Amino acid sequence: MTDLFTTYTGNILQMLLIALGYLTFFAVAGLLLVWLERRIAAFFQLRLGPNRVGPFGLMQTIADALKLVSKELTGTERADKFLYNLAPYFVIITALLALAVLPFSGQIQAFDINIGLFFLTAVSSVGVIGILLGGWSSNNKYALIGAMRSGVQTVSYELSVGLSLLTMVLLTGSLQLSQIIEVQKDGWLIVQGHIPAIIAFMIFMIAGTAETNRAPFDLVEAESELGAGFHTEYSGMKFAYFFLAEFINMFIISAIAVVVFFGGWLSPFGITDSIPWLGVFWFLGKTFLVIFLMMWFRWTFPRLRVDQLLTLEWKYLLPINLFNIVLMAVIIWLNLEIKF
Amino acid sequence: MSYFSDIYKGIKTLFQGMGVTGKYFFHARKEIITQQYPDNKDTLKMFDRFRGEVVMPHDENNEHRCTGCQSCELACPNGSIEIIWDRQVDPETGKKKKMIDKHIYHLSMCTMCGLCIEACPTNAIVWSQEFKHATFNRSELTKILNKPGSKVKKGIED
Repeated sequence: MTDLFTTYTGNILQMLLIALGYLTFFAVAGLLLVWLERRIAAFFQLRLGPNRVGPFGLMQTIADALKLVSKELTGTERADKFLYNLAPYFVIITALLALAVLPFSGQIQAFDINIGLFFLTAVSSVGVIGILLGGWSSNNKYALIGAMRSGVQTVSYELSVGLSLLTMVLLTGSLQLSQIIEVQKDGWLIVQGHIPAIIAFMIFMIAGTAETNRAPFDLVEAESELGAGFHTEYSGMKFAYFFLAEFINMFIISAIAVVVFFGGWLSPFGITDSIPWLGVFWFLGKTFLVIFLMMWFRWTFPRLRVDQLLTLEWKYLLPINLFNIVLMAVIIWLNLEIKF
Repeated sequence: MSYFSDIYKGIKTLFQGMGVTGKYFFHARKEIITQQYPDNKDTLKMFDRFRGEVVMPHDENNEHRCTGCQSCELACPNGSIEIIWDRQVDPETGKKKKMIDKHIYHLSMCTMCGLCIEACPTNAIVWSQEFKHATFNRSELTKILNKPGSKVKKGIED
């Protein structure tokens, strides 16, 4: 009996510690990404960006977060209070859930399930429910329009994300993330799959940017049209939840791209294979590069209209994607992959 | 088939655009175009076209060029300029002449439209490059542009 008790409490304690670690990572990564975004945006526009608080302005986002914590939580008068308060948690919890299956290195992975990739795509699309709830319950027409646009966008682009990942699953033969990385020891999948893999990567980046509601697909919160979009009526910490979740979602999309196309925590040409803990460095480094690519998109491309958004998905990305899957299947059938 | 050429053109222009912004990003360190204001307080030189506030330049004899014609007062769309004037005997010619007592300028109401400066027939008022207008007292924003004891320069009316 005592034995059961100790193992039970031990398990709970272990889980709590791991959860705490992930929460810390979540907060730190979120704040760091916000700083990075502002800094990179500044360089694109030949400005300096936040450079006053702390070295290189690194403490700026922490100061901003402290300010948001101390702010009053306001709301509209006839808002649906229950759903209104629930929405930020939906968004932030789905972001956290997706973080759990990411393999940071060979050892650091909280939850290695055999349907990892499927779990990731499924969970990351639940976040849109939070956005829809927030927009609907705010009792504000701009928030509602923003939320509806988000619904249209996510439902459409979910297809492209799923299909482009499916193209790569043809190569790996597994949905388990550790297995996917194992396959890439003979060369990263973008090299193994060459032409169709590169097409799939481009489609994934376009659809992934749309999934995270970032520019050029940020018509959910098109400032000039809708105020702040779905989170117009949120203030203080609830707004901060939406904001942080947005940046963590960007991290997750980039991390999926790294795992599926660029070999996850594997080092290029296996140069540091003897030191396994360096995997974290490689994983985060590659993820940073993909995040930088997404920021580059944001400060280059103008925002799409709603009809252009849907044309791009249904008339271009989806047919190309379907053709691409067939191409990949043919390449595997004829054993044309490049393996080292 | 315009479908495929559209895709090709689309992708090509996307990369073109990223090339342009990327070039700016990687050169950003060298050519920051913003002024790092509190740091360059001593060396900062404002630009000729900058509209700070309206001033009336005086020469070394404390003489200005304002004849008190009130063109600026009439031109001002929101009444930022008031001129208090008087007819006084000119000691040199012995004739009665219009002279300004006070040229009052309300900086707090001014929209920096520049119509007064365009309207002035004698170029008595010009833009200054001063941009630090913050005060603790609103009354400090009401300024008298002509200096005390100043006269109009000779020959301006002719």
